[in-house]
Amino acid sequence: MYEFNGKSVFGGIAIGTVKVLAKNKSLVKRLHIEDSENEIRRYHEAGLQAKEELQQLYEKALKEVGETNAAIFEIHQMMLEDDDYNDSVENIITGQSVNAEYAVATTGENFAQMFLDMDDDYMRGRAADVKDISERLIRILSGESSGGSESGEAAIILAVDLAPSETVQLDKDKVLSFVTLQGSTNSHTAILARTMGIPALVSTDIGEMDITSLDGKKAVVDGTNGKFYVEPEPDVLEELQARQAKETEVKELYETLKGKENVTLDGKKIMLYANIGNIKDLAHVMKNDAGGIGLFRSEFIYLEKQDYPTEEEQFQIYKTVAQTMAGKRVIIRTLDIGADKQCDYFHMDREENPAMGVRAIRICLTRPEIFKTQLRALLRASVYGKIAIMYPMITGLKEIARIKELVKEVQGELDTEGVPYGTPEQGIMIETPAAVMISDLLAKEVDFFSIGTNDLTQYTLAIDRQNEKLDDFYDSHHPAVLRMIQMVVDNAHAAGIWAGICGELGADLSLTRDFLAMGVDELSVSPAKILPIRKIILETNVEEYAKLKEESGS
Amino acid sequence: MRTFEYTITDNEGIHARPAGELVKVAKQYNSTVLIGRDGRMVDCKKIFGIMGLGVKKDQVVTFSIEGEDEDQACEAIRAFMSTNL
Repeated sequence: MYEFNGKSVFGGIAIGTVKVLAKNKSLVKRLHIEDSENEIRRYHEAGLQAKEELQQLYEKALKEVGETNAAIFEIHQMMLEDDDYNDSVENIITGQSVNAEYAVATTGENFAQMFLDMDDDYMRGRAADVKDISERLIRILSGESSGGSESGEAAIILAVDLAPSETVQLDKDKVLSFVTLQGSTNSHTAILARTMGIPALVSTDIGEMDITSLDGKKAVVDGTNGKFYVEPEPDVLEELQARQAKETEVKELYETLKGKENVTLDGKKIMLYANIGNIKDLAHVMKNDAGGIGLFRSEFIYLEKQDYPTEEEQFQIYKTVAQTMAGKRVIIRTLDIGADKQCDYFHMDREENPAMGVRAIRICLTRPEIFKTQLRALLRASVYGKIAIMYPMITGLKEIARIKELVKEVQGELDTEGVPYGTPEQGIMIETPAAVMISDLLAKEVDFFSIGTNDLTQYTLAIDRQNEKLDDFYDSHHPAVLRMIQMVVDNAHAAGIWAGICGELGADLSLTRDFLAMGVDELSVSPAKILPIRKIILETNVEEYAKLKEESGS
Repeated sequence: MRTFEYTITDNEGIHARPAGELVKVAKQYNSTVLIGRDGRMVDCKKIFGIMGLGVKKDQVVTFSIEGEDEDQACEAIRAFMSTNL
């Protein structure tokens, strides 16, 4: 058994035979040719054909992996039209009286070297794109057909490196996984693999070994742990087979549920949104078919930094999320630090009881300059999508009045500066018993409620969830909490606004039907929970369930 | 001749895709369009030249536009930069 390590691009397990994709790198010969005009004509013809091929690849990629990923083939077309590139090729053909193939190969190397010399990882990665277009031209010039046509059964593709165009050309049904010796997790190929959802490894440490010797051997790719086993031992194989079976089962469930509306058998609809704590989670949000983002924990922007994040930094992040979600609702919770989440540069005083101390909105209202920076970024980013702002740790009307004053101040400043901004919906977290008890009054002041069950449970039951000794006293389904949820939902509806749940309880599958019966309008859960909850929703008849509950007296 | 400076606000700088789109905008006009950073000017109608500048966030680029339709070109490029970069 060989065991190799690679950098994981996408998780999952693939079991099959290795197919080595050797580059049919045609060795380019330098030929002396007097008729430069004819070589230039051949070069132009090859350029036209290359552009046509790239257009087809672009259209294929557009359908399979979306516009953002397909754009690379548009860029390749532009690279082929670049005057500097074309001038270089033509100058070499005429200046050195050589064949077009050689001129393209030399130009390609020079331009790739220019990128390799740059002090920026992203730009260095672009050398692969230059090589890709140059190889395409050489292949066309030497009259070879385009590669990548697969035959036979699906296999694990092993290659030194894969150009983006090669990855797209692979017939998806014939590819179980791909493993490359080179390449970075940021390469276009890696991004494409992620979008396709194929387990994949890059920078795999196969070393000096001749990879063609692995061709046709049985192998397993463990994308989750970055392992590539060739001729695996029976126990390794067995374990991975078991894991694969489990993953497949879950994946199949997901696939059948994607694109479906969250509607019960008796026609009751509910919004299913995702909680995210980092911009990197967006891929999971899209993959799991979330209807929006119900809780974007903005504090990660603060926790990852050594100093206060600037308005511009925040604006870029919010804008990216809004644009990625393309018109779907994105609820961004304002800074929620304090208690267990601390930032050194805030220089907070030590508190005896931080869970009930200066935290969340309380910090924002005592340090309005920090809060206003975030509000400015949020209002500006609202131009790019459907952003909603959510304020945490509200206990009374006074806080809301103060927030509204600050929002007005910020709007006034943006007006004076002539900076464009949107008018996002504004809602609050209901996570204190105080907020629950006056939710009828709060509902008249805001656009929505989102119940933060973690803190609400802790404050209601007076139990610190971090304290293991209290496990016996803790009941996450405590009727007090469930009654509070019902009260909040009823008060929200009476005032014509919606109410959701973004705490952990929202993702508790054993309560999904109860939440439907209570009239909860939205559940915001971790991306991986969306489809399992959708499954329950689709199988539930709310009216029947409510009747049954009533009869059983629970 | 029209010139203007622009500070890049996009986190990724002028990477391949916006460079390509900038070329598309510049090519719509007959004017000569140059883009530069730190005194090095390149043709804004060539994608490799722009990418070769390696412009990152917070860096200042200078545009210099000359020709019959320089006013229109200048406005179009300015608008492109402020919405995309």
